[in-house]
Amino acid sequence: MTRKQRRMGVIGMGMAMLGISAALVLTAFEDGIVFFYSPTDLIEKKAPTDQRLRIGGLVEQGSVKKHSDGVTTLFTVTDTANTVQVAFRGILPDLFREGQGIVAEGMYQKAGTFRADEVLAKHDENYMPPEVADALKKAGTWKGDGKK
Amino acid sequence: MIPEIGLFALILALIVAIAQGIVPLVGAARGHQGMMAMAQPAATLQFALVLTAFAALTYSYVVSDFSVANVAANSHTLKPMLYKISGVWGNHEGSMVLWVAILALFGLAVALSGRNLPPGLRARVLAIQGLIGAAFLAFIIFTSNPFIRLSPAPFEGNGLNPVLQDPGLAFHPPFLYLGYVGFSMAFSFAVAALIEGRVDAAWARWVRPWTLAAWCALTIGIAMGSWWAYYELGWGGWWFWDPVENASFIPWLVGTALLHSSIVVEKRDALKSWTVLLAILAFSTSLLGTFLVRSGVLSSVHAFASDPERGVFILGLLVLVIGGSLILYAIRAPQLKGGGLFAPISREGALVFNNLMLTTGAAVVTLGTLYPLILEAFGGGKVSVGPPFFNSTFVPLMIPVLIACVMGAMMSWKRSDLGGVLSRLKIAFAAALIVTVSVALMAGVRDIIAALGLGLSAWLIIGSALELAERIALFRGPLSASWRRAGGLPRSAWGMVIAHGALGLTVAGITASSAWQDERIQLMQAGDSAKVGPYELVFEGATPVKGPNWTGERGKFTVTRDGEPVTELFPEKRDYPAERNQTTEAAIHYTAAGDLYTVLGEKAKSGGWSTRIYFNPLVAWIWIGAVLMAFGGMISLTDRRHRVGAPRRAASVAPPTAAPESA
Repeated sequence: MTRKQRRMGVIGMGMAMLGISAALVLTAFEDGIVFFYSPTDLIEKKAPTDQRLRIGGLVEQGSVKKHSDGVTTLFTVTDTANTVQVAFRGILPDLFREGQGIVAEGMYQKAGTFRADEVLAKHDENYMPPEVADALKKAGTWKGDGKK
Repeated sequence: MIPEIGLFALILALIVAIAQGIVPLVGAARGHQGMMAMAQPAATLQFALVLTAFAALTYSYVVSDFSVANVAANSHTLKPMLYKISGVWGNHEGSMVLWVAILALFGLAVALSGRNLPPGLRARVLAIQGLIGAAFLAFIIFTSNPFIRLSPAPFEGNGLNPVLQDPGLAFHPPFLYLGYVGFSMAFSFAVAALIEGRVDAAWARWVRPWTLAAWCALTIGIAMGSWWAYYELGWGGWWFWDPVENASFIPWLVGTALLHSSIVVEKRDALKSWTVLLAILAFSTSLLGTFLVRSGVLSSVHAFASDPERGVFILGLLVLVIGGSLILYAIRAPQLKGGGLFAPISREGALVFNNLMLTTGAAVVTLGTLYPLILEAFGGGKVSVGPPFFNSTFVPLMIPVLIACVMGAMMSWKRSDLGGVLSRLKIAFAAALIVTVSVALMAGVRDIIAALGLGLSAWLIIGSALELAERIALFRGPLSASWRRAGGLPRSAWGMVIAHGALGLTVAGITASSAWQDERIQLMQAGDSAKVGPYELVFEGATPVKGPNWTGERGKFTVTRDGEPVTELFPEKRDYPAERNQTTEAAIHYTAAGDLYTVLGEKAKSGGWSTRIYFNPLVAWIWIGAVLMAFGGMISLTDRRHRVGAPRRAASVAPPTAAPESA
């Protein structure tokens, strides 16, 4: 086999790899990507109810309640302009508290509530998820840029 | 006074690094011996200065000098000593000082050990190291000075984030950085070789041990980080395809490819320009990793508060390093002519396949990690790319590599016979088949993918064992002869067999824990019981506890299996008053068959606690495999042919067929 043939072989294999991975990536984008909605977006953009979404904002003061089953938590997420009711079954992260910025992932229900199966609050109490910061900026109530 | 000495040392180190980056490079271009020789004392001095700065910062932490803003923000007098010290690199500024200290340490290693490196190459390598050091020192001094003073000094510090107060995480960043920065060696050698326009087997012999060492450290670092996430975050998972995790995984994939392709350069004088490109990419992705973790541009479960200005600085650095080295590569790479030809079915061919798949895998992970950034930059809205994406792209790409891995190891250089290799792997194939079928029968056809995963794991483990058995001619003569052969086997061969077999363990752990994890969430009153996996748990209630710098509640589970007592587990919920922070301490019963993982949630108003219990089958194998992989790498590192400074023996070791043939 000559150098040129070998090189063409390797390039051909590389192209094939690229093709396969492009196909994999495109099919995975169908269900692997989760869009972010602020509470305002949920109302204004008619969020889909048949796919996973992320929502984010601040946990409204005084809104956290326990469901009678003992493991489901109900709370309200706000971007200060609009709010959405969230139900989460499971154990909340340690940094979850009222007034804290959080991101929740799950399904938006037709009734207008959000059923979360994952709630992210961060390691760092001063940390604000970038999505939440942007949502608050849009709502016009962003204070400072989160620095100590 | 001490912090000022530290800052002064950093500034001096910057000046030394700039000199180290320029003078030897000019000297090497002009053939000026004196200017080239300046590189070694400069590297030594740079190390001494950076070490001084690092020691000054560590001292400030140890004595809790809260007049230093960094210490006040991240330490506390009540913190145990281990975490006072690990607090040095538990924050952005300190971790950057550690980064530069490790870089300077590698520079020192080249200066001290590289006596039989060609002087021009050594001068250039040290100069590139100097330039990288200068960029990072400038970054520290201008955007992230750890020695800024506070006036008046606060009486008490803010404390270190309690989830970081953990022995696993105390040593995770140093290992990760050893890996990241270790790839800077391969990078410096690659850039120096591009400047010289020459890559040969001797060059590969220099690059391989550094790459191998960096790879081992990175493997350990990633395994520690994943284990920490597993037991500390209390989510029962060990990998979340989170940007911060991916940031360390991408360089690992590229580094693994580099490790394998540099073997081809050393043994067969082929794949030169590809190896140089991988060396550049391994370090570039390490820088990208640093950027992703420190800039806070991506929403991550591990994200920390961060500063966009630094992100811009690192982004500039990234553009300069990656762009500059790739331009140099584009100009010079065509000059790097490979010698050895090979057929597609050969060990070289298998290694090329490994490289293509690993880099494609790395590209896919990079795409998934950066996609939210790219989409947002083009106004496409906010998205996150979750585990389903990575599971359905990365995993299928890795399966062929794992299948080919055992076959490639059995192939001979230049030209091999696929039928022969497969017939030598009969037993491994049979084992894989038996495992797949019996698991599918036991678990049901529904779990066929998991059954195939375990079959793949058997293929890797048995296949590696067969490779070893063949090399030492086991059962083909007296055992004593095999024993003698085993002793005579090169350490690098041992390393390979161990690492490939270990990969099989990791695959088994990943498969079983993903497919058969059992999760239960419930509200439990004292006396309530739950059945999880093979275990019965009785919740005995929770009592208050007190630690050195925390208070909390400790739950108690009595665990039985088939009526026999097994153990008691004490998950905790801790409150760190200094940091105004809570942590969840999972209690885990580790066994080889699977971990029983208990988490104490919140206290319900009605009394009782919400609890979360997992059974994670074979999960420990993931980390055992990872540690064994790194161990295999270290065994290989002790091979005398890898030993830096060992006399060249390649000519006598390489088989006669290794002589390069012209095309």
